[in-house]
Amino acid sequence: MKERRILVCIKPVPDPEHYDEIRIDPTSKTLVRSGIPAVINPNDKNAIEAALEVREYWGGTVELLSMAPPDAEENLREGLAMGADKAYLLSDRSFAGSDTLATARVLAAGVEKIGSFDLVITGSESADGGTTNVSPQLGEMLGLPHVCNVESIKPQNEGQWQLNVKIEEGYMEVEGPTPMVIGVNHKINIPRYTTVMGIMEAEDKEVVIWSAADLGIDNGKVGLTGSPTQPGGLHEPKLQRAGELLEGEPEVVVDKLIKLLRQAGVLNA
Amino acid sequence: MSILQFDKKQEMLRKTVKEFVEKEIVPIAAEIDEQDIFPEELFQKMGQMGYNGIFVPREYGGAGMGYTERAILLEEISRHSAGLAMAVMTHHLGVAAILDFGTEEQKKKYLPDLCSGKKIGGLAVTEPSGGSDLMGHQSTGEKIGEGWVLNGRKCFITNSHVADVSVVTVRTGEDAKGRPALSGFIIEKGTEGFAPGHKENKFGLRGSVMGDLNINDCHVSSEALLGQEGKAAKIALSTIGGVGRPGMAAISVGILRACLEESVKFAKERVIYGKPLAKVPAIQSIIAKNRIDYEAGMLLTYQAIGIKDTGERSDTQSAIAKHYTTEAAVVAAKRTIDLMGGYGCINEYPAGRYLRDAMTTIPSGGTTQIMELVIAGASLA
Repeated sequence: MKERRILVCIKPVPDPEHYDEIRIDPTSKTLVRSGIPAVINPNDKNAIEAALEVREYWGGTVELLSMAPPDAEENLREGLAMGADKAYLLSDRSFAGSDTLATARVLAAGVEKIGSFDLVITGSESADGGTTNVSPQLGEMLGLPHVCNVESIKPQNEGQWQLNVKIEEGYMEVEGPTPMVIGVNHKINIPRYTTVMGIMEAEDKEVVIWSAADLGIDNGKVGLTGSPTQPGGLHEPKLQRAGELLEGEPEVVVDKLIKLLRQAGVLNA
Repeated sequence: MSILQFDKKQEMLRKTVKEFVEKEIVPIAAEIDEQDIFPEELFQKMGQMGYNGIFVPREYGGAGMGYTERAILLEEISRHSAGLAMAVMTHHLGVAAILDFGTEEQKKKYLPDLCSGKKIGGLAVTEPSGGSDLMGHQSTGEKIGEGWVLNGRKCFITNSHVADVSVVTVRTGEDAKGRPALSGFIIEKGTEGFAPGHKENKFGLRGSVMGDLNINDCHVSSEALLGQEGKAAKIALSTIGGVGRPGMAAISVGILRACLEESVKFAKERVIYGKPLAKVPAIQSIIAKNRIDYEAGMLLTYQAIGIKDTGERSDTQSAIAKHYTTEAAVVAAKRTIDLMGGYGCINEYPAGRYLRDAMTTIPSGGTTQIMELVIAGASLA
């Protein structure tokens, strides 16, 4: 059987343990990431795990791709320590402030420069932006079939894959040929731990770094300039608690409580 | 900017160990302590992670890192379960003794399984005659033909009831000056005449089994001899001094960090006099002292271990680190209990466990007074 070549797109996001330190720049309305440690987007770890499992069954290579600042090399090393074979980092000042479309353009340029793949796997959703846009946008730009919110990937006959896709009221089974772009959700697997041996092996694996010039990408199509969506007004939600004291005999109080919960939409009728 | 700098590989190790600890150890840490159970399945999993042979070269099945990385591992485990860290630390003593003093055949025979999690290691030196009195060994080894027959009793041996491979020291003769000569033997679990005896009920470092090893007419072949006949004092001192004491220091740094983090957390959350406890100057004083002890402990510990990783001897620095961190951990734990008031005395909060664990680190690997002898001896030489 032909060896699979699998690409996983990952994104560094602010470490959730430091969420209380995150600020938003009031002028650019973007996250101030400086000083906040970055971790691999948790859903992208599911993507790496899915790719590694595919490789375990069918052989081949798993390569990582990320558009991020230079220090994202550490996050890529962690992905390599999980078991990926090689990594590519697309890093350029001009990429800063990219919305999802501009990000997808950069990633697509990276994919085209690296070569052809059987599968491109991404997380469906990032922990910071949470738009779920990049995976389908990437698929469109690469001209490949793409599916999001995938909860299982099963190989069928040569070149065919069966995917279980989570939809609002259940699941949808789809089948399609490679190459394709798959956005996995967080329920697809439990990402493996990074072993000490993996960390040692990652030191010798290659991380290729490309700039905008290396990709030959138009600067007008990336960064804030290349982003058709711009952040709007910033509103900080005010958290308030409404309290009501329910008094009376336990049966009466319980009845009142059930009625209020139903009215609030918390309890189904 | 700290003088103590970890490289990217070490930072990644710390991060990934932390993730493992949070998912696998934190949920059972209280239970490990309460039930005094050694989680054998988890130990096997840790072997697959590379933890059990972290400093062993890859050619023997280890992960190929060094002692600094081993200290990071022990610190992170100990932050939540010093008892389990103690079991791992002691396993490392058995591994290190074979790695440093074993023949190529012995290394190839024992190290792969010890590193992978298939087998648990141990080091049995202490006897009822006294752990501090190394040369007062009463256990004996007599050469019979090509092999040996061993007799005696070891006590206060961590991993006594779970170790598959134990390095045991016994008295086999006298040197040219009439002083006791010790020899070391690698003895496998199940060897006739070698069995665990009484199991101790410790108040601290629970989750690591500790007890007696009874040696009654235990016959072993010449292949079981570790290192040279009569030269095992070096094995014991080198392993305990160069691997055990830094390990205890790393475990104590974990306890110190636990005291700092828990005291900060409690002080921020607890409201008293209408404001967080953290606003009270006396509480800030406790937190400052916990921080000082933790940072000082870190510097002393990683300095000592860094010296060892260069290949130089670090006995004095290890004794200093062990002395400071173990004693400081007791004081920090008591301070943390004071900060928490009544809650500090409730077992649902871990501060009481920190104190019990810290107290138990002190006699492990050499008492505070022995450390002072070592340090003074080096200073006066």
